[in-house]
Amino acid sequence: MLPFILRRIVIAIPTIILISMFVFALQKLLPGDPILAMAGEERDPEVLEFLREKYRLNDPIPVQYITWVGNALTGDLGISLRTSQPVMELIGQKLPVTIQLAVMAMCFALLIGIPAGILSAVKKGTITDYIANIVALSGLSIPNFWLGIMLILLVSVKWQLLPASGYVPLSEDPLKSITTMIMPAFVLGTALAATLMRHTRSAMLEVLTADYIRTARAKGVLEKRVVLKHAFRNALTPIVTLTALLFGELVAGAVLTEQIFTIPGFGKLVVDAVFNRDYAVVQGIVLVTAIGFILMNLLADVLYVLLNPRLRGQ
Amino acid sequence: MTHLKSSLLAALLGATSVGLAAPAMAADLRIALQSDADVLDPDQSRTFVGRIVYTALCDKLVDITPDLEIIPQLATGWSWSDDGTALTMTLREGVVFHDGTPFDAQAVADNITRSQTMEASRRKSELKSIASTEVLGSHEIKLNLTAPDATLLAQLADRAGMMVSPTAATAAGADFGLNPVCSGPFAFGERVAQDRIVLNKFADYWNADQIHFDSVTYLPIPDTTVRLANLQSGDIDMLERLAATDLAQAKSDDGIQVESAISLGYQGITFNINNGEKGDNPWGNDKRLRQALSYAIDREAINQVVFDGAFAAGNQPVPPNSPWYNSNHPVPARDLDKARALLAEAGYPDGIDLEVQVPNTTVPLQLMQVVQAMAAEAGINITITSKEFATLLADQSAGDYQASQIGWSGRVDPDGNNHQFVTTNGGINDSEYSNADVDRLMNAARASNDIAERKASYDAARDILNEDLPRMMIYHQTWIWALDDSIKGFVPYPDGMIRLEGMMKDE
Repeated sequence: MLPFILRRIVIAIPTIILISMFVFALQKLLPGDPILAMAGEERDPEVLEFLREKYRLNDPIPVQYITWVGNALTGDLGISLRTSQPVMELIGQKLPVTIQLAVMAMCFALLIGIPAGILSAVKKGTITDYIANIVALSGLSIPNFWLGIMLILLVSVKWQLLPASGYVPLSEDPLKSITTMIMPAFVLGTALAATLMRHTRSAMLEVLTADYIRTARAKGVLEKRVVLKHAFRNALTPIVTLTALLFGELVAGAVLTEQIFTIPGFGKLVVDAVFNRDYAVVQGIVLVTAIGFILMNLLADVLYVLLNPRLRGQ
Repeated sequence: MTHLKSSLLAALLGATSVGLAAPAMAADLRIALQSDADVLDPDQSRTFVGRIVYTALCDKLVDITPDLEIIPQLATGWSWSDDGTALTMTLREGVVFHDGTPFDAQAVADNITRSQTMEASRRKSELKSIASTEVLGSHEIKLNLTAPDATLLAQLADRAGMMVSPTAATAAGADFGLNPVCSGPFAFGERVAQDRIVLNKFADYWNADQIHFDSVTYLPIPDTTVRLANLQSGDIDMLERLAATDLAQAKSDDGIQVESAISLGYQGITFNINNGEKGDNPWGNDKRLRQALSYAIDREAINQVVFDGAFAAGNQPVPPNSPWYNSNHPVPARDLDKARALLAEAGYPDGIDLEVQVPNTTVPLQLMQVVQAMAAEAGINITITSKEFATLLADQSAGDYQASQIGWSGRVDPDGNNHQFVTTNGGINDSEYSNADVDRLMNAARASNDIAERKASYDAARDILNEDLPRMMIYHQTWIWALDDSIKGFVPYPDGMIRLEGMMKDE
């Protein structure tokens, strides 16, 4: 197992380097001058020039890239052009927030998606199946921002049950932290729940027609046991890997959800950074996200091997 | 006995309820801002929301009234020398910075030096006229100017006049913004980027009696609907910049009060007159075309359609309610015949094309679509090119545009809305407009401390500029605040700031 993991990590390194180069180049291709964007209404040429020098924007792009990589290797991702805070510190502040959101959203997705998928596979062709499918389709089709605003208006303004937006750190007040995160996590989780439901359904349908299921039923095993123990366990393999991969999608979805619910996470950080041409922040976020994505992929591969003993020898 | 017991109980209850009803010191005032502030150093800062935070954090030498008069804050009095080249200020005694450093004339001198010489300072141009400072006494300072500068007091009523602790500034250098130390009613508590800025009441504030909150928390909430929802659900106490489209909803809510003030800025269209090759086009070369567009649009209708009538139609860099407005040029009514006649006179009886670059956000796009439809009726075919704001600014500065939908947040002194845009080689003169008479009048208005004399100069310049139209104003934004009904004592100011003196919360 260990050599397998090590091999995957080694393969990941060139991917990260390529991503960092790509993002660096992409940002420089963006029209608009970051210094002018920073200056806003005050455009003192002398100050603009000082800032260009300070952030080394006058250097040739390859030199800028090498400087950045050199610093990044020592753990220094530069400082934010906008707030003067170190990028590392910003990421350290924001990452736990988005991870909490993603984990809670994934809980919603799993709690809704898997039971719904199992149910609609077992009751295939019945009204339950159709309802589950329609709900799943709605989950995929309803835009995040619309659902978010509707929930805020209904749950927070009308019923006054949950706070409308904001964030309380888990360490400060766990209960309050979780209650403020319920609505955003639900909004973010619904689309994933739909994807998970569809995949669970098809995996279950495939397994349920297998010979050993027929044998189990013939032996007189209880239907509940057939579905949950015999069928679901075998259908689980693709679902587990899918879940790991969907975490990447969660980070992307968090961009919008965090904006609506004013959650100071990764998504909000990246949106603001792009609009303000805060290069250092964008680069730092992309690097960390890319590493995270690769780690999740690695985790998916490892889980796959763990769950499916037939792959272990390979 | 029972009777005695119950009356005792009643008396006790009565006493308790009286105790509860007394105006309690509300713990925290929560204010939602449209965006997150940038670095919290008055010398380096550049955002509007940053200035809102400074209003509680950093006192200035002088302040303004809602009618734009200059009044004392840290300076209690001032006088100009006869030739207008020296300003002597008397400073408030007994004031300390949040770190305990006393505020005195030397602190003012240090602050001016910092604003003028720190490399990253954005205040250099605002204080350019100050040649030197002279500490006359512990609480008296003289500012010697290179030339008369009527705008200086207004500059000192904003970030350039904010006093930071010299001790803290020296120790922190350019990192001062991470932990700002000033002398305002509230001291810096903590900041979590994009989440909150918390300030705590400063016990030694010179005007502490007027401060009725223990702390104030600023929360950036970009979406206007979500900002309002937070107010309705009671998660915040007030918000700034309610969208005009949400006004009806806010007004219909009994628990919410709405306040407003016409801003100091404007929005309109800037034409490329002579900025690079692109300035050499019919719209840059012939003022009659620009006049035709101005007559083709109905400014009041635009205000009604795009802003639900909440903003103010305009045709000058200052709004019609400003003391600096030139009433000889009222907001023109729409006149399609005149617009067509001007086009024909300029040689385009069959119409002409115009490309306008627009920031790619909702309001500017809606605005330009309405302008486009109105102009089409006069024979002007507008092409809208939407650009992300940073790109739009860069292209405008480089002269790579024909016309640009842009505005200005506005300054207390009219010089800030005029001089740099229309004088030859002005800092933000992206039109590259140049007119010797306008230059002379703008410089004269800057040099005089006599209000009537300045007004006459601006009026004369307006006669020329309303004819030449390098910038065509369309409307003035109105600042709209929505507050919980329990908040009392809020006064709307045209600069859009939230001054916390006198504000309180009824429990």
